[in-house]
Amino acid sequence: MPFIVEQSGAITIISVTGHLIVANRQELKHVVLERLRTGDREFLIDFAETGYIDSSGLGVLVSLSKKVREQGGELRLAALNEDLRTLFQLTKLDTLFTIVDSREEGLRDG
Amino acid sequence: MDPELIFHLPSDVLRIEDAVEKVVARCHRIIELERRASRVRMNLRVALAEALSNAMLYGNGADRSKRVRVELTITARAIITRVTDEGPGFDYEDIPDPTTPESLLKPDGRGIFLMRKLLDEVSFNERGNSVTLLLRRDQVRRE
Repeated sequence: MPFIVEQSGAITIISVTGHLIVANRQELKHVVLERLRTGDREFLIDFAETGYIDSSGLGVLVSLSKKVREQGGELRLAALNEDLRTLFQLTKLDTLFTIVDSREEGLRDG
Repeated sequence: MDPELIFHLPSDVLRIEDAVEKVVARCHRIIELERRASRVRMNLRVALAEALSNAMLYGNGADRSKRVRVELTITARAIITRVTDEGPGFDYEDIPDPTTPESLLKPDGRGIFLMRKLLDEVSFNERGNSVTLLLRRDQVRRE
């Protein structure tokens, strides 16, 4: 399982270990939507242990962010290294998401 | 110049990760010499994953019986990968900009855009079923 789910107060943290790509994006979608269905509203996706993200991975984050917002919640991103952050800048998705430097910052500000 | 590596794989997205790593592993020694090795490694991985994904899902229509051919050529100046599918090809010039406000919330349409941003050259054959990805080595060193 490339996704580790933890809970810190009201915040659901999902760590992406490995890559977020076309082959596993549906797993992430399933995890977030299931948590959303059971009442979770604040999500922090932790990329500290992530190798790379492809366009399908970016796409699923866009789609999930929209669904979470529709339910009054927020999906934030944490711990993107410089290379991963570049992907968000190139695609201008850095304007769509709240991106924090670390999981700790995300929990503090959450 | 003869390709350094040639292999085929079925149109199964679960095979993309291993295929990408196979190519990156073959370039390992070269990439390690680059000043920004992690950036080069990621750009190659993402662009190749996009090309494979497009070839399998759009080119071959997710038909597992259809194969994708991968060729890697390493020259003194560039890392060149070519991905070819068995499909009829598509119009790669008719790709909307995914960064416009009206496109930003769409979940798809960023694959070819990312390839073009992450690499130095992306070119298609006339039929539109083969993409060549070129990452210039000397340019990376100048960064």
